[in-house]
Amino acid sequence: MKIKMIAALKSATLLLVSFMTIGTAVIAQLPLVDIKVPAGFNASLYAEGIGRARHLVVNKNDKVFVKLERLSKGNGIVELAESKTPGKAEVINAFASYTGTGIAIKNGYLYATSNTEVFRYKLNSDMEVISTEPELIVTGLIDRRQHNSKSIALDNAGNLYVNIGAFSNSCQEKDRQNGSLGMDPCPVLDSAGGIWQFTADKLNQTYKDGSRYATGIRNVVGLDWNDEINELFVMQHGRDQLGSMFPNVFDAQKVDELPAEEMFLVKKGMNFGWPYCYYDPIQNKKVLSPEYGGDGKKIGRCAEMQDPVVAFPAHMAPNALLFYTGTMFPDRYKNGAFIAFHGSWNRSVNGQEGYFVAFVPFKGGKPSGKWEIFANGFAGMEKVVSTGDAKYRPCGIAQGPDGSLYISDDNKGNIWKITYNKNTAANIVGSANNNLATAP
Amino acid sequence: MKKLAIIATLVVLAASVVFAQAKQSAVSKEVMDRGKTIYETNCQACHQPNGMGVPRLNPPLAKTQYVVGDKARLIQIVAKGLNETIIIDDEEYANPMPAFPQLTDQQVADVLTYVRNSFGNKATPITTAQVKVERAKIK
Repeated sequence: MKIKMIAALKSATLLLVSFMTIGTAVIAQLPLVDIKVPAGFNASLYAEGIGRARHLVVNKNDKVFVKLERLSKGNGIVELAESKTPGKAEVINAFASYTGTGIAIKNGYLYATSNTEVFRYKLNSDMEVISTEPELIVTGLIDRRQHNSKSIALDNAGNLYVNIGAFSNSCQEKDRQNGSLGMDPCPVLDSAGGIWQFTADKLNQTYKDGSRYATGIRNVVGLDWNDEINELFVMQHGRDQLGSMFPNVFDAQKVDELPAEEMFLVKKGMNFGWPYCYYDPIQNKKVLSPEYGGDGKKIGRCAEMQDPVVAFPAHMAPNALLFYTGTMFPDRYKNGAFIAFHGSWNRSVNGQEGYFVAFVPFKGGKPSGKWEIFANGFAGMEKVVSTGDAKYRPCGIAQGPDGSLYISDDNKGNIWKITYNKNTAANIVGSANNNLATAP
Repeated sequence: MKKLAIIATLVVLAASVVFAQAKQSAVSKEVMDRGKTIYETNCQACHQPNGMGVPRLNPPLAKTQYVVGDKARLIQIVAKGLNETIIIDDEEYANPMPAFPQLTDQQVADVLTYVRNSFGNKATPITTAQVKVERAKIK
């Protein structure tokens, strides 16, 4: 009996060990994180560890230009090409002595930004950079550390749009200090807190050569020109710390959800209300900020401010916006908006959210359905408690010539490529649902 | 001979460091508990539950000289706030730190003692008297 038991135990152990071996082998072959995408889509690693990858753009020959936030071997832009090893795209060119976020291709030029300037590089007929000596398009833009990254979009009429983020959270007399009141009018808005318009092909422009296209926008990292209706759309990073700075006004359990992250359709002269107002996604309206006498309900001057076209949960930090114009993806994705959420840090009650790519279907330039999570799993964990724990953080989106999407991560410098094949099942079945997707 | 002297000095130094650390860990549970509560209400949103801050935005409190180093400078940061470029391990942090006039001298001492002895930090406590001295300088 005893011997039998030992024998049984032995075989059980053997079985366990062999299972474990198989398990380990399988795990070793899995990608670094599982990026969950809807059925029919495939997310594969395109490049790994290329530096602080912010925005990116793909030329017509599938070469990917990436703007880096930190110099890599002295360069702030790297150009990548697919190699024979999957997931290991090669750096085929590297240039630019400055760090930054924005990058775009328009009318035969590659445009790129530092935190104070916009440059451009002439491209040849193969869409390769002719000279790595750039032309200076805009200079002297404000950089006071906070919200200093400059993102760009170009229209089809020769204009360049630059986000100039507010160097402040909510324009308090004492930035981010408990109970400090707001400056009125807010002086930050003279040189920041909005979108500025410049001429795309004029050299050495400064503030005086451009114009403030729209104001009352705290900070934008993701923006895109919508070619379907010829309008600019931007994603605002909503203000921080409503609850912690004004604990008497706000219910501690609700502060994680205030205010919404907003998508704006931006027309010339519009005012979106920062710092005087914020959008409450529970009441579905703009209300007065506590720094300006708000109590969580009062509307006041906010009645005159523009509402968002889409409101997303608070603090998720939308860092890229792209209207899909390709034909690879199913019809419902055509002209819709993809948004890369960098992931939150200011959701201290119930833990962090974001760290995914969302999609909003559009028809005729208007949202035609609720937003949904499109690609998820970048954080590499179910629940992020401290922001620094997240493994990867989506920051840029670009569309390839075949209609595939490229997603950059500025934490470890990975890039994923998302493709669609209606004949194959997705690597992970089902759309990446999450209860956040039921929010407005 | 010189070598021996250097080694002896190093041994003495190492021993005193170990002894000092043993002494430093003697922060009372009461102070740590009070400090933790203040941290959670006033600091955690930016510096995060793990004390590692937020990349690019809010600096870490773990294992940085700003926290475990000079006490006067640390107290001044809480007393006056800090709005200048902070670079720790090549990372630049963008958000300003506000002043905390709403905290009493004892609360500042408790929370600073807490952060100096959390997230892997081990450093001497900060006293209410030290906070009082530093705050008096800015009034």
